Amino acid sequence: MSLYLKKHPWLAWLTLVVLVTGFSMAIVWAQKTITPNAPAPVTKMKPAATHPVIIKPGPATPRLDTGLKDKAGNAVTVACSTCHSTTTPNVLRNTAEDLFQAHRGLQYQHGALTCLSCHNASNYDTLHLADGRSVAFPDVMTLCSQCHGTARRDYDHGSHGGMNGHWDLTKGGRIRNNCINCHDPHHPKFPLVQPVLPPRDRISVPKAEGSH
Amino acid sequence: MNDPSTSPKTPCSGNCACSGNSAPPPADEPTGISRRTVVKALGATLGVAAYAKALAPLTELTKETSMDEFIQKHYKELSKEEMAAVIQRLTQEAKDHYGADVTISDPQPVDGVKFGYALNLSICNGCRKCAEACHLENNHDRPSHQSYIRVFEMSKGSMDFEKGNAHYDHPVPQPDKYYMPVQCQQCEHPPCVDVCPVEATWKEKDGVVVVDYNWCIGCRYCEAACPYHARRFNWTKPQIPAEEINPNQSYLSNRIRPQGVMEKCTFCLHRTREGRLPACLEACPTGARVFGNLNDPNSEIRWVLENKRVFVLKEELGLKPQFFYFFDE
Ligand code: SF4
Ligand code: SF4
Repeated sequence: MSLYLKKHPWLAWLTLVVLVTGFSMAIVWAQKTITPNAPAPVTKMKPAATHPVIIKPGPATPRLDTGLKDKAGNAVTVACSTCHSTTTPNVLRNTAEDLFQAHRGLQYQHGALTCLSCHNASNYDTLHLADGRSVAFPDVMTLCSQCHGTARRDYDHGSHGGMNGHWDLTKGGRIRNNCINCHDPHHPKFPLVQPVLPPRDRISVPKAEGSH
Repeated sequence: MNDPSTSPKTPCSGNCACSGNSAPPPADEPTGISRRTVVKALGATLGVAAYAKALAPLTELTKETSMDEFIQKHYKELSKEEMAAVIQRLTQEAKDHYGADVTISDPQPVDGVKFGYALNLSICNGCRKCAEACHLENNHDRPSHQSYIRVFEMSKGSMDFEKGNAHYDHPVPQPDKYYMPVQCQQCEHPPCVDVCPVEATWKEKDGVVVVDYNWCIGCRYCEAACPYHARRFNWTKPQIPAEEINPNQSYLSNRIRPQGVMEKCTFCLHRTREGRLPACLEACPTGARVFGNLNDPNSEIRWVLENKRVFVLKEELGLKPQFFYFFDE
C-alpha cells in the first residue's frame, strides 16, 4: 500500500480531499436534520417576549468610608486598592477581629469561607472565582453560583429572589434582584425581623387550652 | 360594630298589627264624628305609617346609597353603557365619601390564561410584608388591619394551619417555627360560590373567584363555607385616609367596598389581568412567591409544579386549590 502511494502521491491527496468533503457534507446534513426539530415548537408556543427581564447588577466596586468628611460635607471614601496595593495579604487573618486597621467590626458568618475565598488578592477592586479567574463586583452572581447551584437553578426558573414588574413579558418588563440585594455576602442568612401589621380580626385567635 | 347612622331607627318593630284592629272601642251614640269615620281615619293614619315603614329602607338609602345603586343589575347583566354609568357613580362616590380621585376599570380575563400561585415555605420568614402590601393595594379598612393574607406561625412538623398562630408578634423567623401565608386558594370547585344564595360570587375564566360587592347581601354563608378562612366581611364602612387610597381600582377587585358585604383576594386582578405581578409578590422580601399562567408550559409557576415537592392545603376536601405550597429540597 505504502509503496503504491509512493509511486502515485496524488492518490493520497485525492483520498484526503474525498474524506474532507464527505465529512463536511455529513455535518451539513446532520445540522439540517436536527435544527428544524428542536427550537421551532418552542417559538410557536411562546409568543415573542417583547420586554426584557433585567437583573439588577451587583454592587459597584466598593469603596471604603474613611469616616472623614470633605469641605462640602461629603464622606471621603477610598478604593480598596488604595490600601491593598501597598500591603501584603496575610492569609492567616480571617476574621474582622484579627485585623488591625480597616474592616474591624465587620459581621462575618458565611460557612468556612475566608476573605480571600472571594476577594481577589491580586486586585482588590475585583473578586475571583474558585479557579482564579477574576470577576467584577457587579457580576457577583457568577461568584455566588459556584456554591449555591440549587439557588441559582431556582433563580433561573423564576422561583428564587424577589422581583417587580410583569409576569406576562409580552405586556411589560421585569426587574429582578441579584443575590446581594437580599443577602449580605458577609452574613447571608436573613436577620430576624419584626413582622408588620399584626391582624386584629377575631378569627384564628389562638385558642386557650380546654376551650373550643 | 354597627355604624349607628345606618342601622334602622324606626321604633315600629314591624310586627305591629297595622290593620286597624287595635282601634279603641267605638262610642254607642253617633256624635259629630261617626264610628266609621274614626276607624277610617285611624286606618288611614296607620296605613300611611305602614307605607312609610315599608319605604324606610329606600328613604334611608339616600344617606349612604343611591337609588341607582339600589336598582343596579347583577354584574353579568350589565350592558357596556350601564357598566360605564355604574363606574361613573362609584367614582363619584369615592370622591364624595373619601375625597379621592380614583380610576375604576373592569379588566376581563385574558384568553388562554389561568392563574396559579405558589409559595416557598422553605424561605418565607413570616415578615407579613405581603399582608401589608395587600392591605395597601386593596384599599382595606385601616383600623382593623384588614388583609386578604393571614400568615400562620406553624410548629415544624405540623401541616395543619388551623393549629397555627396568626397573631404572633415577635421577631421572625423563630428557629422551631415555619410560616405559612394563607389567602384565597381560588379553588377549582369553590364551595363559597356554591352556597351563595344570590349568585353574588362566581369563578371567572382565568380561575379568579370574584364578588359583585353591589349584589352581595352580606349573609356570610360563603365565609362559613370557605375552609381556608379566605373571606372577609366589611363590618363597618372602610376607613381610609384620602391620601392613602390606591386610585388604580377595578370593579371586581380593589374598589372601596361598601359596608356589610363580603370581600376576598382576587389575585390582584386589576394588576394581573394587565400582565403585572400581584402586590403581595412584589412586596415579598424573600422571594417566596411565584405567580404565573398555568396554561403556559414555559412559565415559572409550571416549572415549580413540575420540579418541586408541591402540595395544596386540605387536599382531602377535593376543592382543587390553584394556590400551591412547596419546599426546597
Ligand atoms: S379559598 Fe375560600 S374563598 Fe377562595 S375560592 Fe376557595 S372556598 Fe372560595
Ligand atoms: S412577604 Fe414573603 S416572606 Fe414575608 S410573610 Fe409574606 S410570603 Fe413570607
